[in-house]
Amino acid sequence: METAIELRHITKAFYKAVANSNVSMCVYRGEILSLLGENGSGKTTLMNILSGIYYPDSGEILINGKPVEIRSPRDASRYGIGMVHQHFKLVDVFSALENIALAMEKGSRYDLKNVRSKVEAILERYHFTLDLDAKVYEMSVSQKQTLEIVKVLFRGADILILDEPTAVLTPQETEHLFSVMRHMREDGKSIIIITHKLNEVMAISDRVAVLRKGTYIGDIATADATESLLTEMMVGQKVFLNIDRSQPVNPHLRLSIHNLSVTNEDGIEVLHNLSFEAFSGEILGIAGISGCGQKELLESIAGLQKADEHSTVVYYPDDDRDSTAEQILGKSPKEIRKLGIHLSFVPEDRLGMGLVGSMGMTENMMLKTYNEGHHLYTNVKDPRNLAEEIRRDLGVVTPSISTPVSFLSGGNVQKVLVGREISASPSVLMTAYAVRGLDINTSYTIYNLLNAQKEAGVAVIYVGEDLDVLLALCDRILVLCDGHCNGILNARITTKEEVGLLMTRLNTQNGGAGHARP
Amino acid sequence: MHAHEPLVRVVRRGEVSLRHKLLVRSLAVFLALVADALFIFFITGLNPLSVYVTMFGGTFSTGMRFFWAMRDLASLLLIGIALAPAFRMRFWNIGAEGQVLAGSLATAAVMIYLGGVLPAPLLYLCMLLCALLAGALWGFIPAFFKARYNTNETLFTLMMNYVAIQIVAACVTIWRGKASSLGKLNIKSKAGWFPPLFGQRFAVNLIVAVVLMVLMYLYLRRSKQGYEIAVVGESVRTARYAGINVAAVIIRTMILSGALCGLTGFLIVGGRDQAISTSTAGGNGFTAITVAWLAKFNTFSMALISFLLIFLEKGAGEIASAYNLNDFIASIIEGIILFFILGSEFFLQYRLIFRSRQREEMI
Repeated sequence: METAIELRHITKAFYKAVANSNVSMCVYRGEILSLLGENGSGKTTLMNILSGIYYPDSGEILINGKPVEIRSPRDASRYGIGMVHQHFKLVDVFSALENIALAMEKGSRYDLKNVRSKVEAILERYHFTLDLDAKVYEMSVSQKQTLEIVKVLFRGADILILDEPTAVLTPQETEHLFSVMRHMREDGKSIIIITHKLNEVMAISDRVAVLRKGTYIGDIATADATESLLTEMMVGQKVFLNIDRSQPVNPHLRLSIHNLSVTNEDGIEVLHNLSFEAFSGEILGIAGISGCGQKELLESIAGLQKADEHSTVVYYPDDDRDSTAEQILGKSPKEIRKLGIHLSFVPEDRLGMGLVGSMGMTENMMLKTYNEGHHLYTNVKDPRNLAEEIRRDLGVVTPSISTPVSFLSGGNVQKVLVGREISASPSVLMTAYAVRGLDINTSYTIYNLLNAQKEAGVAVIYVGEDLDVLLALCDRILVLCDGHCNGILNARITTKEEVGLLMTRLNTQNGGAGHARP
Repeated sequence: MHAHEPLVRVVRRGEVSLRHKLLVRSLAVFLALVADALFIFFITGLNPLSVYVTMFGGTFSTGMRFFWAMRDLASLLLIGIALAPAFRMRFWNIGAEGQVLAGSLATAAVMIYLGGVLPAPLLYLCMLLCALLAGALWGFIPAFFKARYNTNETLFTLMMNYVAIQIVAACVTIWRGKASSLGKLNIKSKAGWFPPLFGQRFAVNLIVAVVLMVLMYLYLRRSKQGYEIAVVGESVRTARYAGINVAAVIIRTMILSGALCGLTGFLIVGGRDQAISTSTAGGNGFTAITVAWLAKFNTFSMALISFLLIFLEKGAGEIASAYNLNDFIASIIEGIILFFILGSEFFLQYRLIFRSRQREEMI
């Protein structure tokens, strides 16, 4: 088969984090290649290098056998490479046609009639359905995606990169996208599709390439692949982590989530009838491909996300099951706090949600407590003492506790946030990607803090992406897949493959993988 | 091969020490004076030093001039203080001009209809309350729509200015009747005119400005509401996470901001002008935006910056009349100084990194 693109020894690092390490791979003409890998395995970075957004630290790219330099998206477009990003890059108030016209080469005449006839030819050729006169803000997500693909084709792309295109689509829309992709393949285009969903990999692609932690694991013809083989390539061998894990002591029910469903602004159901329980003295892990409901789950419990009507989240203060139980869903964070429930939450977006970047440690300490007492003025003394304490105990590196926290490194920012949330003596502690971007030492500091909380009887909910950590740290693991609870596993006996498979393939029958109890 | 690194890169600075800030700002003032000197010498042929002396005299040559400068400073500073909480919240209140006018109009209406009816203390109280209410209303309307429907507050507050101007124009037309202009209000009875302190009616304005400067500083830095304003301004998501009712904070803060603008209108009409027209706010509502921004919402810095702006304005006027120059030349001299001082803010926030030699050789 004819080679369209060849990557040789591509390496790209961001500061010290290596996103791609010595990656070499090929894309052939007229094939659909799936690029598979966990979160943070370097798929998007690699594709961004191809589309000219990043420039590799080393390595070379060959197109049709010739070495090329891709320094900008314009260069990439000249070499016939076009990428459809997860977040669309469209002008809302322009019509579809005007958005496509924006993709014209520099210097060519702005002639909408000419553009329209060219675009109509493309639509017909690949069986797209798109109203060229509709404004972007009136379009559905799937129409916007179609527009992005047409835009890329209009620019003359022979190699299309689709970054998780199905994440925003309904099953019917996905089916339609796949048929369009097949038409493009028949026309000799090469398509690289980034996806986490194994059933889609099997359904659409000719070949699968797998990345793991920045390195290229290998590729395999889809016809020869099985879902379990791909999962194994993706997650790799179990890595032994030295995290102490104690048995839960006297666990009792703390949170009972029942039929939790959340519909987002676009009307897409992001959480579907989720039911599970969290117990005191245990760490409940939440595994799943990123963006399949983790954020909505934690935010609905924290009172930040509106849930559908029939959903309930019931909080149990102690062993006494019914008398003092409180339904907390639909209450604001302030109302939950007023009930005397200490619910701590370390959100994924540390500086955009958990902390105020322009404020120092002291002022960030009082984010949730500033309103206590009846004085008109804030109490600065206690937060200052707390800031000093956290700085000392967790080893936060900062010039002073009044330095804006946005000036601190990622690890130190996280220490400030986790430190504050733990200092509130929570009964429930939720963390989202608590160690993302942190170095090994800081990660272990965080694991130890979480373990200490668990031993103190806190119900800890740990949303994570590294399966090795989830398996070593948690007592039970709930696996989310596309907003569904795809099984709750005993973390002590389950395997990486089992979790990986549940993450990528939705169980159609109810409770297929069984539900572990503490 | 093409170079990968651009010639100049702009990089954000971290914390900047007070010494460094002072140094950069003094350098800016110095460079501004040099640039102005060149301009004065080559364009007008005058001696730059004597021009500077004249300029200085605009504010300082006589006691009366200094008083006038202080009077204008009070109005500008008061509006800057009124804008501070809104801007701290990143609510772009461009409507101070209209909010001041609303307050002025309410004050004038009370003076016209109740002057001589109510005893003096009650009259003042009534003027004050109506001015506060009118300003607060002008602030509340855009805040409500922002909080409820997420409308664009910049456009909304800007449009509210024109609404206020038109209402004032209409009222003035009605009140003046057949006279050619409205003139001073209650010119015979002086009802509603502020009593002179130290021989000046506007002394009250200056005292209120200084008191509010301190209070607003404390409100923003130390109060619970001030903390909420800062969090909402930084990130609405963080505010919600902290349990802050964002809509309530937006509305409350804009009512405060508008009410303080209304108060300024009250002080201008009662203490300074004893008259009302569409130019009562005189553009101070817009100039105060510069003041509030440059001061980074620190009300003490606002006093300094207001003084600088007033000083430049008075100086420019003085130059124009003393050397018989046209107004534009004086404005250019004023503009050059402002340009350098505003420009220095860029160098306090960012650093320029030039492409290094080694890197170039490498490529």
